[in-house]
Amino acid sequence: MPRVSVFVVAEHLRGELRPVTLELVTAARELEGPVAVAVIAADPSAFTGAVDVEGVDEILAVQVDAEEFENDLYKAAVEQLVQERQPRAILVGFTVNSMGYAPAVAAGLGLGFASDVFSIRDDGGAIVAERAFYGAKVNGEIDFPGKEQVLLMLRPTSWPPAEGSGGAQVSQVAVSTPASRARHRDFVEVQAGDVDISTADFLLSVGRGIGEKENLPQFEELAEQMGATLSVSRPIVDAGWMPNARQVGQSGKTVAPKVYLALGISGAVQHLAGMKTSGMIIAVNSDPEAAIFNVAHYGAVADLFEVAEELDKLF
Amino acid sequence: MKVVVCVKQIAQLGDEVEFTEDERDVDPDFVDFALNEWDSYATEEALQLVERAGDGEVVVVSVGDEDSEDALRRALAMGAERGIRVWGEGLAGADPITVARALAEVVRAESADLVLCGVQSSDSVQAATGVALAELLGLPRVAVVTKVSLGEGTATVHRELEGGLLDVVEVDTPCVLTIQTGINEPRYATLRAIKQAEQKPIEVREPGDLGEPASRVRRMFVPPKGEGAEMLDGSPSEIAARIKELVEERLK
Ligand SMILES: Cc1cc2nc3c(=O)[nH]c(=O)nc-3n(C[C@H](O)[C@H](O)[C@H](O)COP(=O)(O)OP(=O)(O)OC[C@H]3O[C@@H](n4cnc5c(N)ncnc54)[C@H](O)[C@@H]3O)c2cc1C
Ligand SMILES: Nc1ncnc2c1ncn2[C@@H]1O[C@H](COP(=O)(O)O)[C@@H](O)[C@H]1O
Repeated sequence: MPRVSVFVVAEHLRGELRPVTLELVTAARELEGPVAVAVIAADPSAFTGAVDVEGVDEILAVQVDAEEFENDLYKAAVEQLVQERQPRAILVGFTVNSMGYAPAVAAGLGLGFASDVFSIRDDGGAIVAERAFYGAKVNGEIDFPGKEQVLLMLRPTSWPPAEGSGGAQVSQVAVSTPASRARHRDFVEVQAGDVDISTADFLLSVGRGIGEKENLPQFEELAEQMGATLSVSRPIVDAGWMPNARQVGQSGKTVAPKVYLALGISGAVQHLAGMKTSGMIIAVNSDPEAAIFNVAHYGAVADLFEVAEELDKLF
Repeated sequence: MKVVVCVKQIAQLGDEVEFTEDERDVDPDFVDFALNEWDSYATEEALQLVERAGDGEVVVVSVGDEDSEDALRRALAMGAERGIRVWGEGLAGADPITVARALAEVVRAESADLVLCGVQSSDSVQAATGVALAELLGLPRVAVVTKVSLGEGTATVHRELEGGLLDVVEVDTPCVLTIQTGINEPRYATLRAIKQAEQKPIEVREPGDLGEPASRVRRMFVPPKGEGAEMLDGSPSEIAARIKELVEERLK
């Protein structure tokens, strides 16, 4: 059996492989050693074709008795794979599913650990990762002294998806799984909204910077005047000021309009996940260090109300 | 019913930053502190669950130095009964697994019916401490929860996936849940409640064995601006005029 050096844990939902899986493969190839993808599913063979991309040396097919993700089963399976094969790195997505079990695996086995990692490299045999701190205003270089094995949760869309075909060997791996203590029962769809922000050419997007609910109508009017569709960041939906269908980001909609004009949005990673591929991003924020300026094409350090007032006169 | 909530005092950077001499962290003079947003939702959820149960208490636990007691006081002002602060060597700038180890002993000793954490801390975005804690306590867990209904020996919760899709999960209790924003409307603490909270007890504890850190920060730095944004300077009316030009050019 080859010593597998880097593990990727595939993610799937309702019978579809999730795109982050192939991004993890690209990341895995940046580390030395063969790459194995673990597919944990009721029927792993449904996904082995999709993960057999260039750079994958082995597919570990792990059959479990649950159609959908259950964290106890993933944890047990990954733990056993890690103990049997002793990979030096285990890569999972920084996703809601992984959040449910990956830190438990790391804590249980005493692995090195870092989450929301957006860059990795080998530095003389040791793995070095990069992640952000202090609300994404500062980056940090992380290492794992004394750890032979590390589990890293990688930020989605930070690596391009791996392509091509690998001709990987498929190994059936039997694991013993405990009774699941957190059981999937059902899915509830997001309610459709009055508009589909994902098809708009021009989004005027407002965030917590607008302050009060009373200020919202003014931006609804401004959007209409400018010929834009109004979208929002999560705190506006959390506060109940706008329906979920207007929310841009990881737990809302992914959008890529021609123009995304962001007013009073800081640029948290989960917001950026939903809009960073927009054609032109313009951001207005009173904080010159706001993370949104890292992805914006044009930025203005200004009070959003003053700018909005002027836009109101021009359109 | 007893609910334990883990709360963190988070550090917010203004528009200026300097680093400590060893470059492994930000100079504390450059940060402001606040109760982590996610933890105020977790505290509110705990209070509501106890109120609905008719009796019980909410205990808040935080790993932090003396200055971080403000976060505990906030949660106490919202209505939590008492606080526990854990602090000792090896906890400054600790990784989430080390923080979970520091929490574990204290939380275990409370034998709570439910343990709530936030999904993530807004300053370090690990989204890891609660689930690591569950493992150390041997409890079931569900991460990113937007609804909790307690039953007999189980709870039915909504787990919010990417795109907003909800996964309805039945979880055995006691368990650890990590609470997502928007699950409720956190109450404001009245001035009176804030005053009263000053009288509520906060016990200080040393952590047990923290083991080896799961990671180490080698250095921190301000991200290179890269291509970054082209900045539009001038008065609000000049900025607005440039935005209009850019938008019209792009949508042509
Ligand atoms: C699992 C998970 C999923 C998530 N999904 C999403 C998602 O889908 N979408 C999403 O948006 N978030 C999501 N979040 C939340 C995310 O982490 C942030 O909390 C959120 O994006 C912050 O929104 P904001 O930028 O509007 O608010 P803040 O971060 O509070 O930023 C407000 C900004 O407004 C600026 N400002 C204030 N006043 C003014 C003024 N007068 N003029 C100009 N600027 C001003 C401030 O400088 C600040 O930068 C998710 C979080 C988790 C854990
Ligand atoms: N220092 C701390 N003290 C108490 N609870 C914490 C601490 N750090 C993290 N937590 C808890 O873990 C959650 C997730 O934080 P994190 O894993 O840092 O993103 C927070 O919302 C808190 O509930």
